[in-house]
Amino acid sequence: MHYLLRNGRLIDPLKRRDEEVDIHIADGRIERMGKGLSVPHAQVVELKGKVVAPGFIDMHVHLREPGFEYKETILTGCTAAAAGGFTAVCCMPNTNPPIDDESVVRLIREKARAALDGLVDVYPVAAVTKGRKGEHLAPLAELAAAGAIAFSDDGEPVHDGEILRRALEYASMFGRPLIQHAQDMPMTKGGAMNEGFTATRLGIPGMPPAAEDSMVARDIQIAKYTRGKYHVAHMSTAGATAMVRAAKAEGLNVTCEVTPHHIALTDDAVSSFDTNTKMNPPLRTQEDVDALRKGLKDGTIDVIATDHAPHSFDEKQVEFQTAPFGIVGLETALGLVITELVNKGVLTLSQMIEKMSTNPRRILGLPEIRIEEGQNANLTIFDPDAEWIVDTGAFKSRSKNSPFGGRPLTGKPVGIVNNGEAYWV
Amino acid sequence: MPLKSKHLLGLDGVSREDIQLILDTAVSFREVLERPIKKVPPLQGKTIANMFFENSTRTRLSFELAERRLSADVLGFQATGSSVSKGETLKDTARNIEAMKVDMVVMRHSAAGAPHYLVQVIDANVINAGDGGHEHPTQALLDMYTIREKIGRLEGLHVCIVGDIAHSRVARSNIYGLKTMGARVSVCGPSTMIPRDIERLGVDVYHHIDDVLPTVDALNVLRIQMERDAGRLFPTLREYHNFYGITRQRLEKAGRTITILHPGPINRDVEISADVADSEHSVILQQVLNGVAVRMAVLYLLSSRN
Repeated sequence: MHYLLRNGRLIDPLKRRDEEVDIHIADGRIERMGKGLSVPHAQVVELKGKVVAPGFIDMHVHLREPGFEYKETILTGCTAAAAGGFTAVCCMPNTNPPIDDESVVRLIREKARAALDGLVDVYPVAAVTKGRKGEHLAPLAELAAAGAIAFSDDGEPVHDGEILRRALEYASMFGRPLIQHAQDMPMTKGGAMNEGFTATRLGIPGMPPAAEDSMVARDIQIAKYTRGKYHVAHMSTAGATAMVRAAKAEGLNVTCEVTPHHIALTDDAVSSFDTNTKMNPPLRTQEDVDALRKGLKDGTIDVIATDHAPHSFDEKQVEFQTAPFGIVGLETALGLVITELVNKGVLTLSQMIEKMSTNPRRILGLPEIRIEEGQNANLTIFDPDAEWIVDTGAFKSRSKNSPFGGRPLTGKPVGIVNNGEAYWV
Repeated sequence: MPLKSKHLLGLDGVSREDIQLILDTAVSFREVLERPIKKVPPLQGKTIANMFFENSTRTRLSFELAERRLSADVLGFQATGSSVSKGETLKDTARNIEAMKVDMVVMRHSAAGAPHYLVQVIDANVINAGDGGHEHPTQALLDMYTIREKIGRLEGLHVCIVGDIAHSRVARSNIYGLKTMGARVSVCGPSTMIPRDIERLGVDVYHHIDDVLPTVDALNVLRIQMERDAGRLFPTLREYHNFYGITRQRLEKAGRTITILHPGPINRDVEISADVADSEHSVILQQVLNGVAVRMAVLYLLSSRN
């Protein structure tokens, strides 16, 4: 592998760099950086007008393996990540068996190293509780030692305040964050969409935003008391955003993420009864979307993560209330973020890169990506101006369950470089 | 003049002209039902499948009778629980039935939007006979027909729907239909049974029944799901009856003639007292008869579009 990335616009938030530069990569290492480089025998990639950034990480992905390989595998999920411009993903533990034992962590890491020759780094998120049942702590230290990057019962919240307290205390010994799917479950029982005017009109049982708000409120108090590292997964409400903002002002170790679909769509999209508008947390109202955008702009929201949740075609070909929650997100994330946030003036490209690379890596305790001579190349390259139309049939993911098919987007991945491998879209 | 839509999925978005057409057509079928020979030929040679994925006696019988009165061939299908618990998806069930060359499908389903999904996977005309908490258009049409028959008009009337509005498809279809026909619509029930932001549908919300009765022309009293809701949406049936039950005493206090509707089946002395249900202002049994005529009208109009 011998590449000369020519005339790309390097945006590196860590070094506050934003300039056109040539990068020579040999055997996965950055050999030289500079203007007008000429390297014999290197494959030249002309990147005029394209952006070169530290590799993106999606810290909220469901790879479905082991157990649900008909929805996604580690290989197809990693390919989708690469096609979406991500050099790393965190995979959630709601597999079968769940990631609540070190053997499963090892299995996933092994398979990920074999997939695409290790192009995409896969960091397993292990369960907080045994079987994700919320009753007994999973062996957190063993899981961390085997390579679990964080803990979450995602899909389910850690409902019991006592368990959450102990998990935060225990996980903080090895600096791992607890990622909470914040949802008061009795309040959302039977619910299939956001509670509000649209649900009232459609007669679909609702999931009130207060179910998310009240759990985030409680959790922040427990995080404060334990001084644990607490991260809100796929935050979707104005109320939760305000509480995280206040927690940060208080200096607490509280962080959060938002998905592209929660900023690109409102619950009005459910009016079609399209099962690809059904996810958990549900699409919320325009007020919530506005609050999330504000939270992204003012830094309250640290991370953009997709909650990539593949489901097979047939699983979504059912009545709305019967359909499983979730949509795929890896291959539309960049386009949605540029279209909905960068081009609408909410984020600069540099801030976008922070939320898709620098910030999640910091929260997860991963080393900084240094774009310097002598360092390993971990790069995401994208065209911020490319206009394209989402074709779900072209997804590399095994599943195509996206509400964005046919949607025109601006901003498209060009390729990634990581671990001595490259992928060009 | 044909109906604008190939299906009847709900009354949301259905025009005043189309509702008027259905109600006017129902008048002639209502007359048929009074004849000694109650059968007419318009749907001869047509096959209609009644797919009931949720328990129903009166709606299913009413549709079946309407179909037979129009000389259609009728296929019955009743499955308890959702399609998924049966192991076959709704799509597969519907496609199998359609493969037998049925012309129309009448469907009752526990999930909101199920008929809207159905029309994407089959070609037959689809009539929604109730989808979850969403819509029950033929019920609202027969309610409107009955009010119009009793009072003579819909425009300018004040109709109040009482009970569990949040989970009621009857309420939603009545709201859409009555608003389109120019009636004033209000809803009344405990706050746990009034869904969020319902005012945005253009209805007035009341929590005290005695506040609304003095201006009401017709009351549509919804059935209380006793097994499901007691202890969750309201404390006890006795308390519900005391605060929301429609009693003769309450109606007399209101000092005006109020037409009483109920989609049935009635819980006597829960949402409605026995003497009101059986009173001269109650049109509950007329609703049942008119239901057959209205469904004949819908079947006829959809079929004659093809």
